[in-house]
Amino acid sequence: MLDVQKIRNDFPILGREVNGHPLVYMDNAATTQKPRQVIQALVDYYENFNANVHRGVHTLSMEATDMYEDARKKVAKFINAGDPDTVIWTRNASESLNLVAYSWARENVESGENIVLTPMEHHSNLVPWQELTREKNAAIRYIPLDNEGVLDLSDIDSIIDDRTALVSVVHMSNALGTVNPIKKLCDLAHARGAKFLVDGAQSVPHMVVDVKEIDCDFMAFSGHKMMGPTGIGCLYAKKDVLEGMKPFLTGGEMVLEVSYEKASWADLPMKFEAGTPNIADAIALGVAVDYLEDIGMANIDEYERDLTGYALNKFIDVEEEGGKLFGPRNPDQRGGIISFDTPDIHPHDLGTLLDQMGIAVRTGHHCAMPLVRSLGVAATSRASFYVYNTKKEVDVLIEGILEAMRYFRDGVR
Amino acid sequence: MFDSQELYQEIVMDHNRRPRNFGSMTDSTATSEGFNPLCGDQITLFLKVSEDIVEDISFEGVGCAISKSSASMMTEGVKGKSVEEALTVFEAFREMITAKSDGSKDSEILGDLEILKGVAQYPTRIKCATLSWHTLQAALQGTERDISTE
Ligand SMILES: Cc1ncc(COP(=O)(O)O)c(C=O)c1O
Repeated sequence: MLDVQKIRNDFPILGREVNGHPLVYMDNAATTQKPRQVIQALVDYYENFNANVHRGVHTLSMEATDMYEDARKKVAKFINAGDPDTVIWTRNASESLNLVAYSWARENVESGENIVLTPMEHHSNLVPWQELTREKNAAIRYIPLDNEGVLDLSDIDSIIDDRTALVSVVHMSNALGTVNPIKKLCDLAHARGAKFLVDGAQSVPHMVVDVKEIDCDFMAFSGHKMMGPTGIGCLYAKKDVLEGMKPFLTGGEMVLEVSYEKASWADLPMKFEAGTPNIADAIALGVAVDYLEDIGMANIDEYERDLTGYALNKFIDVEEEGGKLFGPRNPDQRGGIISFDTPDIHPHDLGTLLDQMGIAVRTGHHCAMPLVRSLGVAATSRASFYVYNTKKEVDVLIEGILEAMRYFRDGVR
Repeated sequence: MFDSQELYQEIVMDHNRRPRNFGSMTDSTATSEGFNPLCGDQITLFLKVSEDIVEDISFEGVGCAISKSSASMMTEGVKGKSVEEALTVFEAFREMITAKSDGSKDSEILGDLEILKGVAQYPTRIKCATLSWHTLQAALQGTERDISTE
């Protein structure tokens, strides 16, 4: 079993107090905290190696280029991409998804075709497809949900059909915690000749994700949700797919040869990386990957599963007072994201009261407005865990929720 | 365990549990909808204005304690006032809630509403407190237009 206390000691921020209480950080689905190693990597890069990449013959530039490309190799290995050229740096998962929408879908989706999504997509895996299908006169289809927030595949053969160009599905829902049967959906998509995209923003940080095993054509994720810095994300795509795609942005770095009339494109991955990239943050993301691999993704998954099971059990106390849990009950169908509604106290008031106890949770629609509306509420409260959270913190959370509910119901503290 | 003195005072909690002037109105002269898509707070405001006086006011909707109590206290604060007086209360409230004043100079105008001044320390919650007021402003301006066309 992993040593949580040792892990916690690597995160300077976990030692701080908020409103006079030790910080209990449970907004990891929004962004995670960074270990000292990652923070130090940024400092180290700027203090000792800072230079532009891929362009200088001088030592600093060569060293920076090596570190930057090493980070790409680490990420490629982390998701089992094989060839590091199939990992494209972006700013975040949203940019990765837009890259696919602009560069691949605009050339490959035709009028009358459809794109299949789920009702639990993050706005970032929804709005780009709304824009695209409007432009192309194509349709969006949704795989329905059952009342636990699990995909209902009973009618899947009529939803994914021969006119389906793309199936794009979130691996783990940030609003419900549901983990979707990605491998099965990918096979169904391929059987109908459709491409398959995984939104891995919430899964890659928390479990073993193997793009070869899934056989997905695309996968998007963000560095900041996996202990890395903000401003760096990735798009994985199969090599032949990337080679067939037009560039997303054009300009410096991404060209092979330029005349006054035209240009030819650089090889992968640089064809998709116009301009000076986010060198420092890419390198630091590589260090975050090292850190995660040191703990072991299977260990992280196991630890979080246990913690989530513990939290779901504890949550029964809240349900006995009228609280409502969204998403599946079965810990095997979900990750460490607990989304819920409380009677008598609105999520925003709950969020503010928990903050006064030092507990950070997210309240609102979690960038999944249509989904949250379909749950019959205007907003939910969400606690999301990472490997540095403890059962003791879960106890503090549950006690805090109960106390806030009581205070709002009867004014008793 | 928590210190919510400034924000969730007993008066706020009371208005949240038992909002005043809550419900629709059949003989309103103006209605207005307010919506905060960011948090899902939603309010419908009903006004009965006659000869420039807010004779009756009520509201419906869903929202957090801050938005609900603010709406509830607002209805009490502007009922019976002239349209111009109501807008003066709004101005004083807005100044207090955006920390441009501490409310004390407008104590008389604000009445119970002064209780909400703690919201100024919670920037993410200011919109909750002002939603009903912007809705009121829209309704009043609609009414004024109606009046001027009479
Ligand atoms: C499932 C999912 N997809 C996409 C995103 C977008 O990530 P980013 O904001 O880093 O682009 C998020 C982040 O909240 C997410 O949870």
